[in-house]
Amino acid sequence: MSLDPIVLFFILGLAAGLMRSELRLPGAIYEFLSVILLLAIGLKGGVELAQQSLGTLLPQMVAVVLMGFLLPVVAYPALRMLGRLKRADAASIAAHYGSVSVGTYAVAVAWLASREISFEAYMPLLLVLLEMPAILIGIMLARGVSADTNWKRLGHEVFLGKSIVLLLGGLLIGWAAGPEALEPVGGLFFGLFHGVLALFLLEMGLVAASQVGSLRRHGVFLLVFGIAFPLFAAVVGGVLGLQIGLSIGGTTLLATLAASASYIAVPAAMRLAVPEANPTLSLTASLGVTFPFNILVGIPLYQKLAALLHGSGG
Amino acid sequence: MNADPRKLVTIITEAAIERRLLDDLKRLGAHGYTVSDARGEGTRGIRSAGWEGSSNIRIEVVCDEATAEAMARHLKSHYYAHYAMIMYFSDVGVLRPEKF
Repeated sequence: MSLDPIVLFFILGLAAGLMRSELRLPGAIYEFLSVILLLAIGLKGGVELAQQSLGTLLPQMVAVVLMGFLLPVVAYPALRMLGRLKRADAASIAAHYGSVSVGTYAVAVAWLASREISFEAYMPLLLVLLEMPAILIGIMLARGVSADTNWKRLGHEVFLGKSIVLLLGGLLIGWAAGPEALEPVGGLFFGLFHGVLALFLLEMGLVAASQVGSLRRHGVFLLVFGIAFPLFAAVVGGVLGLQIGLSIGGTTLLATLAASASYIAVPAAMRLAVPEANPTLSLTASLGVTFPFNILVGIPLYQKLAALLHGSGG
Repeated sequence: MNADPRKLVTIITEAAIERRLLDDLKRLGAHGYTVSDARGEGTRGIRSAGWEGSSNIRIEVVCDEATAEAMARHLKSHYYAHYAMIMYFSDVGVLRPEKF
């Protein structure tokens, strides 16, 4: 287990939450921190995007989107049959696990940076692409294709959600402005990145701790699924990363993205599109199990996996 | 003081459905509304407002009785089953009845 300071902040939040401490960050602070993180990640990717040709990016983009469609399709039968979950619940959880967690990605980026492992800086583009397909699949699994879903309204609510607007907006601003022009705002978005991430993880620790009660109620299946599925998905992401020619760092990030489960875009979309799905189940798995697992154990493991796939040992 | 009687409809529910709900209320005849952030605990667990997934809102609408009844029917049939939501009514007096 790594002792990165940001991980320790997460453990502090987790411990404070489990001990029922008075500590509580106002919702507005959490909002602010997540806005900075989303924009910073978008901006970083956008700057790099300007230097890439569409010819190299396009096949990678297509491959990653396909993975976004595939993961929930694999997760759904497992949830239905092994977990004996209701159709709506299984579809919603599958959507969460097909999509990605920006917080987990940010921790993985910081983890790689502190070990001076380089990665493809345009990864945020792939991150944005991975947010969306699973939402569509989740809705289709729950509703069927021909049902009277109002796709226009749903599309508006899903694709104009906070995380996608800020990530895409950051990408476009970074791409349009370029590295030099961004310097004046870089102090906030890049200079403070690790500090903001540390505070964000403190809050995420508190949130994860608040899921423990429902985890106890909903039994071991969610616990097992919340660890086993990310491990499987990380292998899928890692192999895909190798296939599309990513570096070890990039492969680590793609494995991490595949292993992570959404807690921003997908819960909001599922609340609107599949209201009969119980949000407690998906959030307990995503926030109470998978997020801590990835932060504490997963990321170093996925880096080892990436190194192994690239044939250079550990 | 000559106050005209109206109903104050208070709805406490998940922030995730704010926009959809407000569209519905306006369609059902609300002339205005007030939204504030809220947190609390109910049968669907603690809504701590610590992050977006657990934030609650309180919507207040002052309207005539017929509109309040229409809202009650609509919310009961469309939202009660699947969303963390409560709604209650109070009698209030207003000075400018044409506004409500």
